[in-house]
Formats: sequence, C-alpha cells, structure tokens
Amino acid sequence: MADLTGMDDPVIRDLPPGRFALNVMHFARALRAAGLPVGPGRVLEALRALDAVGFGSRQDLYWTLHAVFVHRRDQKELFDQAFHIFWRNPKLLERLMQLVLPQLENAEHSPVKEPEVSRRLSEALAPERRPAETAGEEQQEVELDAVMTFSDREMLQAKDFEQMSAAELEEAKRAIRRLRLPLMQVPTRRFRPDPAGPRVDLRQTLRRSMREGGASIDLARKRRIVRTPPLVVLCDISGSMSRYSRMILHFLHALTSDRERMHSFLFGTRLTNITRDLRQRDVDVALERVGRNVEDWEGGTRIGACLRDFNRNWSRRVLGQGAVLLMITDGLDREAGAGLEAEMERLHKSCRRLIWLNPLMRYDQYAPIAAGAKAMRPHVDVMHSVHNLDCLEDLVSVLSEVGPRTAEPVTSLAA
Amino acid sequence: MRPAPSSVDATQDLLAEGRYVADRSLATALFLALKLGRPLFLEGEAGVGKTEIAKVLGDTLGRRLVRLQCYEGLDVASAVYEWNYPRQMLEIRLAEAGGEANRDALAKDIFAESFLIRRPLLQALEPHPAGPAVLLIDELDRTDEPFEAFLLEVLSDFQITIPELGTIKAEEPPIVIITSNRTREIHDALKRRCFYHWVDYPDARREAEIIEARLPGIPERLTAEIVGFVQRLRKTDLFKLPGVAETLDWTQALTTLDRLELDPRTINDTLGALLKYQDDIAKIQGSAAERLLADVKNEVAANQAVGV
Repeated sequence: MADLTGMDDPVIRDLPPGRFALNVMHFARALRAAGLPVGPGRVLEALRALDAVGFGSRQDLYWTLHAVFVHRRDQKELFDQAFHIFWRNPKLLERLMQLVLPQLENAEHSPVKEPEVSRRLSEALAPERRPAETAGEEQQEVELDAVMTFSDREMLQAKDFEQMSAAELEEAKRAIRRLRLPLMQVPTRRFRPDPAGPRVDLRQTLRRSMREGGASIDLARKRRIVRTPPLVVLCDISGSMSRYSRMILHFLHALTSDRERMHSFLFGTRLTNITRDLRQRDVDVALERVGRNVEDWEGGTRIGACLRDFNRNWSRRVLGQGAVLLMITDGLDREAGAGLEAEMERLHKSCRRLIWLNPLMRYDQYAPIAAGAKAMRPHVDVMHSVHNLDCLEDLVSVLSEVGPRTAEPVTSLAA
Repeated sequence: MRPAPSSVDATQDLLAEGRYVADRSLATALFLALKLGRPLFLEGEAGVGKTEIAKVLGDTLGRRLVRLQCYEGLDVASAVYEWNYPRQMLEIRLAEAGGEANRDALAKDIFAESFLIRRPLLQALEPHPAGPAVLLIDELDRTDEPFEAFLLEVLSDFQITIPELGTIKAEEPPIVIITSNRTREIHDALKRRCFYHWVDYPDARREAEIIEARLPGIPERLTAEIVGFVQRLRKTDLFKLPGVAETLDWTQALTTLDRLELDPRTINDTLGALLKYQDDIAKIQGSAAERLLADVKNEVAANQAVGV
C-alpha cells in the first residue's frame, strides 16, 4: 500500500505541460519494460485522465496513473515501486528540503533510505545495463559434483530468492506457450458437439428437427471430450538439488498458471504444499511467498519420511481422478532409503503414472547405487535424465510425452 | 411433515430419534443450516456417518430423500433432466402418419412434460405434494469443476431452466446436504455458500452410544472392549483408519460369531471387517493386536472396579 500522506507537491503543478507529457510517456515505458502490459494507447489515456483530474497533487497523480496502468492486484506493488522511484526527481527533493517540510523528518520519507527494488524494475529503469551475466551469476552449464554427500544438519532458513530478471521472465513466458502441448489425454464422460463425431446427439437432433417442423431428421453428432489428467509434482529442495530449485520453481509457477488441476509439493527434511503460493499471477510475488513458507531449504533429505507424510495426508486428496505424478529428485537420501521402498510402492499404486526426473542420470556411468535411488527404482514408470534442469525445455518434453503405464520401468534418455 | 427444529438441543434430539448420535458441534452446524436455509457441507473420512445424516433427516422430518450420487464427468443430462428421445421419435412418426402438418403444435407436443425424464436435481426442485425434499449430494469431490460451477448456480437460486419448458423454481427450497471425502479440494466459492463441518471420528463415549443406538442389546463389556480397541487402532499409524461404519460392521460380525468378549484369535480372524488395506492388517495382526487387547482389558477391568 502506498503511503502518500503529506505528499502534496506544488512543484509538479509548475512543470511545463509538454515536459510532463514526456515524463508520463517515459514512465509508461519503464512500466512496460518491467513487464506491465502498457501500450501507447494507455499513455494517451493516462494523459487524458490527468487532464481531467488536474495536476493538483502528487497523490492525485499517483492514483490517476494507478487507475490507468494497473488492472490486476499483483501489478500494484510493481507500480508502487516504479512510481516512487520515477517521480522522485532529485531536484524536486532539493527544493522540498529547502522548504523544510516537517514530513521529511519522518524516516520513511527520507531520501537516504533506499527501499528494496524489484530486480525487474531496476533493469527497466536502467536499460543500458545488460540483464544477467554478472560475475556472481551461476554458469548455465552446470557441472554437478556426483559425490554422494549431503548435509546432515537440517538448515532451517527462509531463503531469499533472487528475483526473476526480465529476460528470464520472457523465457518463462515462451516456455509456457510451448507448454500448451497435448499432455497425455484421457477421455471423460462428457460430450461436445462435433459434426464428424462417432455418436449421435439425440437431444440436438430433435431440437434441430423441430426447427424444421419434424419434416426431416438429420442426425447431429457428438464426440467425447478429452482432458489432461491432474498433475502432482513432488520436488526435492535439499542441498544436493539446490542449484536447480529456482528454475524448477519458475517452471512450476508456469505450469500452475497454465493448468487447472495442478498441485506442487516441496520436500527436503519435511513436506510443504506450495500450490496456493504458486497461484499468484506475478512470479516474483509467488516465489517470495514460497521462500517464506518453506523452512528446509538446502538441508538434508528424508525422502522416506516425506513420502510417508504425503501418502498419509495428501495422496487421497490430490491423487484422485487419475493424476500423473512427477518426482524431481536425485534420490540421495540421508536415511539411506529407510522405509522408502514401501512408501514408493504405495505412491506408485495410487497414481496413474509416476515419472522420475533425475539430474544425476546425465552421467553415462550413472547407476542407482545410492540406497535411496535403489529403493525408488522398481516403482517408477519412467526414469528420465534431465541434462540440465536450468533449461525448461527438457522438462516440457518429458511431460508432454504420452506413454502407457508400464510394469517394467523404462529408462529413456532425453535427447 | 414436521417443522424444522427450533434449537440446537431440539436438533440433537431429532437426530437421536433417528438413532443418530451427533455431537454438539455437528448439531449446531445442522441447526444453523436448517434455520438459515443454507446447504450443509460435510467433509470427513469415509465411514464417519456423513451420508447417514441426510437419511435420518429425511426420516425424522417426514420428507422424501433425493440423492444425487456424484462421479467424474457427471453432466446435466444425468443430474438434472433428459428428454425421452425414442418416444419423441415415435411421436413425430405418428404425427406424420396422421397427416399432422402444424409444426408449432407438434413441437409443443414433443417437448411436453410427459417426455421429460427427471433426474435428482430436478426432482428436488419440483413442487411435490409431500413438500420440499432433503437433497443429498453425495461425494461431491468425485465430480469435476464444471459441474461444481453449475451446482453453485442451482444452489444460489434453486431454479433450473429447460429451454423448451421454461424455468422451474422451487417454491420452498429443499434441505441440502453435501458430502465430500476430500479426494480433491472443493472450490472455496461453493464452500462459502454452505455451513462447513468436518465430521471427525467419535470419542470413546460417543462411539459406545452409537453402538448402543444402532445395535441394541450388545453386552456392555463387549461394547467397552470393541470401542477401546478401535479407539486405540485410530491412534496407531495406519494407512486407512477404521470409521464408525467399520466399528458397527465389526460389532455385527462378533455377535454373529457369538462372542461375548474379545480374544486375540477372534481379532485376527475378523480384522478384515475393520482394516481394508493389506499393509495395515499385516501390521496389526498377531503381537500388535495382542498388545492392544491387553491394554483394553486392563482399562475395562479398571473401569469396572471403579464402577464407571
């Protein structure tokens, strides 16, 4: 919520109108660069609106622009930050300081305090700086250390996610567009009209016939509606998987906004349901919530215990209606697979299909010799290598593959 | 037809009359639902007596029970109404043979009420000499979201539109009971319009009362042992805990076998009435059952010594 008390700004009023219009345009461009859908039409609208409202005060300016540019709740925060940064002209501030306004003694409005700015926004406001590729950035091609180690200590910490850059957001959006693939379709009991359908739709036939007065009866036809089964994702966020968790979360967020029936769980030393957090439309807000709610980032893994928790408390609730289950884990288990096999078996029997994505499988010599992986192996329909989990495309291709439920686990190598 | 109860106590008495032992919270939720004319949304594990409430309400209030059993892909044709096509076809042919040429009249004849097949939702909304019904929408979680959205509409207006006949509206809305086993989460929009109640497993005292109400004449000692054993089972880590329905089944099984008290062998032989998963049975059979039983016996003996 923007705190705009005492923000009346006589200076804005004195700005020459031409210059002001230019500023509004620049502001709109900044918003667009930050990912808000702001077109030129909106800018004109904003100018018209400002004209109607008048340039009375900063508060009016804020809410007028807000009314024009923001049309979803999750855009509000971005707009708020952008507004406060953009319209804080240092010259204006200096003049205000000379006037010694009492409000400025409030620490909140002191110009010294830099609020935390969304990374998307700072990129948008400084377009000459290339996004990403800073020194501390992780390399794209990850060399995994296949040493079978993990931390024994449960690390309880709220992880502060690095926010999504504009470039990543674009990539994610492209991936979402690619995600609209025929993921395994199953027939339902409902029908839709289809002139070439295999069944006769009697209700429609008679209605049509009555329109003709019953003189002729031409058959209307229908076909079964097919839809994709629900998808449930169980994702490992222990230390050995930490380098992937961010990209996986982006991927899960994309999937969540793309599909109606989707549930996501994270597990490390405990199981967390993050389905509702991911329903936020804005990816930064969603990931920030996940980061707040999950307590065991990059600690150890207790796959058995977490699966047990899932089987007891969640499986009946989310695996109904023949869900496909996707497990993303390297199978390195702190408890060396204790009790894991029975739980995996139960899990396998209660879902339509169980797909295991294992980042370790990119190594040719990889064999599931770790106790955890060994216990899981017999109860998986498909085990996939994911060459590089940073890349969403692998995941998409794995998911859109239609395959029967097999008794023998199939190992296929993603191309 | 009796009027709805006027207080929580009266509601509890009404259910007791139908041999349903309800705890205070459930009676309160039901009373409010009846009083304010809102649907009652009951969620809980299988076999805790959700469906039974609707049946008992129908019986005690003297109303007809209309039941809609849900399944995935349930559509308007099987939930609301369907036209009787073969008969309509015949009608058209007859009209043709009789040289009927009046198209409008024919259309009216074809889509008359006599050709309408009424499905549960329509039955519950139509005026009926016996008065408004009790509408039980059973296992709503088995349907899919589109049907839920449709239901939302029906439950807010209690009216259904059939294009050829017009709108059918309930004069007095039916009492609506919705149950769910939580095999998926029901959408918040629907829950918001209902009174929600999570039906839990009963405590020992209430479970004994339920056995007494449903299966009168069971020796007191056996009842105490059965309840003690089942209550302890629910504290163990099982995949599927036994519900009240299982308790009653098991009690019946034991009386059929003429048992007056529990012994390890009988338990092992009849465990299938209580537990429905092989893993669970394997876990409890033998030594675990004996241990539980020993605890139960001690407790029953102690209670008798005190004279509870």
